[in-house]
Amino acid sequence: MSIFVDAGTRVVVQGLTGSQGRFYGLRNRAYGTQVVAGTNPRKAGTDVEGIPVFATVGDARQATGASASCIFVPAPAVPDAVLEAAGAGMELVVVITEGVPAHDQALFYNQLRRNHPGTRLLGPNCPGIITPGECNIGITAGEIAKGGGPVGIVSRSGTLTYQALYELKQKDIGVTTCVGIGGDPVPGTSFVDCLRAFEADPDTRAVMILGEIGGTAEEEAADFLAGAMTKPVVAYVAGVMAPAGRKMGHAGAIVSGTKGTAKAKMTALRDGGAEVALNPTEAGELMARVIADV
Amino acid sequence: MDLFEYQGKCYFARFGVPVSTGGVAETVEEAVARAEEAGYPVVVKAQVQVGGRGKAGGIQIAADAAEVRRHAEAILGMDIRGHVVGRLLVEQATDIAAEYYASFTLDRSAKLDLGLLSSEGGVDIEEVAAHRPEAIARVHVDPVDGLSEEVCREWVERAGLGGDAAPGAVQLLRALYRCYTDGDADLVEVNPLVLTTDATLLALDAKVTLDDSAAFRHPEWAELESTQVLDVREQLARERGLQYVGLDGSIGIIANGAGLAMSTLDVVHQVGGTPANFLDVGGGAKAEVMASALEVINTDPKVRCIFINIFGGITKGEEVAKGVVEALGRVKLSSPIVVRLDGTNAEQGRAILAEHESERLVSQPTMLDAARKAVELALERG
Repeated sequence: MSIFVDAGTRVVVQGLTGSQGRFYGLRNRAYGTQVVAGTNPRKAGTDVEGIPVFATVGDARQATGASASCIFVPAPAVPDAVLEAAGAGMELVVVITEGVPAHDQALFYNQLRRNHPGTRLLGPNCPGIITPGECNIGITAGEIAKGGGPVGIVSRSGTLTYQALYELKQKDIGVTTCVGIGGDPVPGTSFVDCLRAFEADPDTRAVMILGEIGGTAEEEAADFLAGAMTKPVVAYVAGVMAPAGRKMGHAGAIVSGTKGTAKAKMTALRDGGAEVALNPTEAGELMARVIADV
Repeated sequence: MDLFEYQGKCYFARFGVPVSTGGVAETVEEAVARAEEAGYPVVVKAQVQVGGRGKAGGIQIAADAAEVRRHAEAILGMDIRGHVVGRLLVEQATDIAAEYYASFTLDRSAKLDLGLLSSEGGVDIEEVAAHRPEAIARVHVDPVDGLSEEVCREWVERAGLGGDAAPGAVQLLRALYRCYTDGDADLVEVNPLVLTTDATLLALDAKVTLDDSAAFRHPEWAELESTQVLDVREQLARERGLQYVGLDGSIGIIANGAGLAMSTLDVVHQVGGTPANFLDVGGGAKAEVMASALEVINTDPKVRCIFINIFGGITKGEEVAKGVVEALGRVKLSSPIVVRLDGTNAEQGRAILAEHESERLVSQPTMLDAARKAVELALERG
């Protein structure tokens, strides 16, 4: 078992004919992911190393049965790509592209929330999602992940996600699913969404959360841990030594109050029942101990 | 990007948010000219991106040209909490009947826009928020709907803005919301928003933070960017498209991804070192980007050792390695480099590094080992 994606997930890559889309689309396929289609309105009818290219996500879905989309198009084209995928009935839309303006993110997030409640958005600016051995959508180097569980991972940072997968693999600990939710202002899928799914997944027996400074996502995760999570959680928050960020005027301070610093997030997660590590390596060690107990 | 007050007011005016008549000046003569255009009395305001300029003497009223001259001479070049004043805003003085507070920003938790409005402006609004939160009226705005006149009117009523202010406030706040959304701002804040004695509303201050990601659809921002006050290395890094923040330590840090870069600072600190900077080379970093990053750090005289921490996703290992090698050939680096490389195509990358390994270029297998080695080398070099 896993969350959100498995061996049966059929993927269409929006932007497959671009350099990034091609590189990672083919890597994902080589990993074993069912990358069944790509889209490009000007290149419909062609193929990328045997992967057929369609004009629209709707066409791709009809021809191939794709139910998940992965978006690599440039930032200005992302809003249309997301709405097209949701409109075509994709159950999962993963946006890898970075640099999407915050107002665009907020707009398509709320358009989906209202008009396409059946579509799960992941990202933007995220590394993607991997259920090791079954399905890898996005830019994670699949070979650094060991499959089979029992650990679920959810992370706001791309490279820290790889670090965590790597630390666990070194210790021969497997992963059910690893979700990179991205660090942008309006992530489509939150820590809490993933914790809820991991709590319900019988093969996930412990969860690792990788957070970073800014926003209130870790504090919300901590509230969920305290109220609704029975499985053990190990957490790491990057940015204890980070330079004090640009303060967002008074409005930002009023909205977030004392939340947002790495220390506040670590305290909240500890109070919520998580074991909190001081660096990624320690997070791996803590998880090894937790796994030995469950 | 944070705008100066005068830039923020120009931005406000573009979207129909009323501001005082005035203009910016970089010299005493320009200040007098702006005052003559605006009409006396005027206010002469230091343009710095730091609070407390009023208390520091950076805001003065002038009744005639001689007073403008005197104040401009005093304020230009003044140091306000580390910020040297290079520009003045000279604008018509206002007779104030009441002071309010208004802002829009994103509520990341609700994933909706959030408007804050208070009839108690002009003071430390954070104090008001902490002690009397009921004095601040909040409104959540779904960007799909925008801020309707009806919702805005109810919000203004809830905030308790007086009868004279209400009709103008609805119009002003809707314009301010357009400035926030169409203007691609992360934050627009007016403190104080004033009601004048002749019952008009004016944004007497302007705090605007623009979303750098939206620069592709705002060619006009290039002009604003040229006035940003950055230190030499921040400027150099920005020109090369790198995220750099200078710190006080001795170990230069280069990492890919903000999370890993922050984690690298934390780990260096944990093993007894002090980071000299935060530098994120971002996704897709190629040889040229890596070389640029090394060149930026090489100009920092405090740096004793450089720690490159790359975990490859988008960034491929051989690109990182080629970049390091290329930079070694291009720049005469004053510090040794410790590299930790993993992820996509890491094997190819490590093979390239192994060919060039020396006392100036050390490769380490893990993040902690690399951090320890970097700290050791930095200490050796005092």
